Amino acid sequence: MAEILVLAEHDGETVKKVTTELLTLARAHGEPAVVWTGEGAEGGRARLAEFGAAKVYVADSPDYADYVVAPKAELLAHLIAANAPAAVLVAAYSEGREVAARLAVKTGSGVLTDVIGLADGLVAEQSIFGGAITVQSRIRSGTPIIAVRPNAVTPVPATGAADLEPVAFAVSDAAKGARVTGKVVAERGERPELTEASIVVSGGRGLGSGEHFALIEQLADSLGAAVGASRAATDAGWYPHQFQVGQTGKTVSPQLYMAIGISGAIQHRAGMQTSKTIMVVNKDPEAPIFELADFGVVGDLFKVVPQLIEEIGKRAAG
Amino acid sequence: MNIVVLVKQVPDTYSERKLRAEDSTLDRDAADAVINELDEYAIEEGLRLVEQHGGEVTIVSMGPDKAADAIRKALSMGADKAVHVSDEALRGSDGMVTSAVLAKVLERTGFDAVILGSESTDARMGTLASLLAERLGVPQMSFASKVDIDGSKISIHRQADYGYDTVEATLPAVVSVVEKINEPRYPSFKGIMAAKKKPVETLTVADLGIDASQAGLAASATEVVSFAARPPRAAGVIVADDGDGGVQAAEFLAARKFI
Repeated sequence: MAEILVLAEHDGETVKKVTTELLTLARAHGEPAVVWTGEGAEGGRARLAEFGAAKVYVADSPDYADYVVAPKAELLAHLIAANAPAAVLVAAYSEGREVAARLAVKTGSGVLTDVIGLADGLVAEQSIFGGAITVQSRIRSGTPIIAVRPNAVTPVPATGAADLEPVAFAVSDAAKGARVTGKVVAERGERPELTEASIVVSGGRGLGSGEHFALIEQLADSLGAAVGASRAATDAGWYPHQFQVGQTGKTVSPQLYMAIGISGAIQHRAGMQTSKTIMVVNKDPEAPIFELADFGVVGDLFKVVPQLIEEIGKRAAG
Repeated sequence: MNIVVLVKQVPDTYSERKLRAEDSTLDRDAADAVINELDEYAIEEGLRLVEQHGGEVTIVSMGPDKAADAIRKALSMGADKAVHVSDEALRGSDGMVTSAVLAKVLERTGFDAVILGSESTDARMGTLASLLAERLGVPQMSFASKVDIDGSKISIHRQADYGYDTVEATLPAVVSVVEKINEPRYPSFKGIMAAKKKPVETLTVADLGIDASQAGLAASATEVVSFAARPPRAAGVIVADDGDGGVQAAEFLAARKFI
């Protein structure tokens, strides 16, 4: 069976959930081989084995973190030339998509981004125009490069050997044009990452101020959820920009999405309407967000949400 | 400084967007056409850099004849001149073909910095900066929420899920911007009048030395096999809060096993 390369997302040791999703997808189409950049492969190995990785190519140079995108694309191009895999899967985060793009130019391959499923013959399913249309696409030249949307696939365990195989590859000077000189981490507490979380709680204009986002955070924490915000809220400076959900922010498709005080302009819906279950709290019964709601409460969020938090607390205690 | 800003005309998010049944390409007649929103931030950043460091802003756009409207808007904001690549052969081009064509244009115009929006609201791939940086062999300074240029040195804040990275490179470079970076100006009446007289060069693929067979849908590395409108969501349960809205919400969450 031909190899399928999976570019690992990790934080130096812990494997991100999206990588287990990619492995699950890869197994249906070939033999999954993980590509691990930077240090920590030994630490991540067990998790990769649990999701059926046959092999782990390890490129432990710091160059992959020290320079923007280009080194990872170069490494993958090298592995394509050396091992002729059937496809390359990356996570469709902004960086993953960028790696995919550069790799496509290097190898003369086609690239599909934001893929939510993969059928026989590597026919990819994509959801476009904010989820309004579902498209089946195929790559017709080179090695298919596929960027898969986080949270689109349910990870299923399967045993793999996850043999570590060091890759001797030196990143070229040409790939070292954009140098990372520092990393500034915004405070987000212990909450899960927005695009990876299985529950997302978002707040909007109805909150009326930045201080009131504490209520959203409290609700999120009671559910182990990530916090999101509508554009109205981030534009007003009530919550940091990187948490914006929508057309000009993140696209999320969690198991549960809770829209609190968000009217549901198309700009917002484009980023969340593929969520599996949607709950809405809004005082305006005419708010378009109710069209998407599996469950909606028309009411004052400052009354409904505290009661909901209290109720969740009671049930957790009981 | 020679700054080139890339502009794309897209279907308005606020109108219904469709694909054409016959070849699965974007139905450009079905929706109102507007300038891609993030491109306005790119234009603004280009104008600010030129105000600081001197030089010119050139707009480059690839698209059908009516993309001239988007170019005109960019010029009315204050850009100096424009290049419009318009050719029936380009219809249906994917990101790979588009980037190849734009790279040819950029080789013609030359540049110290190419600035673009980090993604378009129609395709939303967010890859053009990478594709161009790879093709042109210059540093990729993408997803910038802040840009500083000092002589030949460029530094940015590169937006990430966890916050941002600080990144440095030497010009020339390709820069993509996120909306946090600035507040785009509105065209003034004077700007709108002046834009009518600014030079717009129109190019075909032949002018760029590209064979028509290397452009458009046929040359694209990807193809759409089929598409369908997503089925509408089943109508949900909406309750009015009579003092127990929070409790009812919790019951729903419990029934769906979220709590």
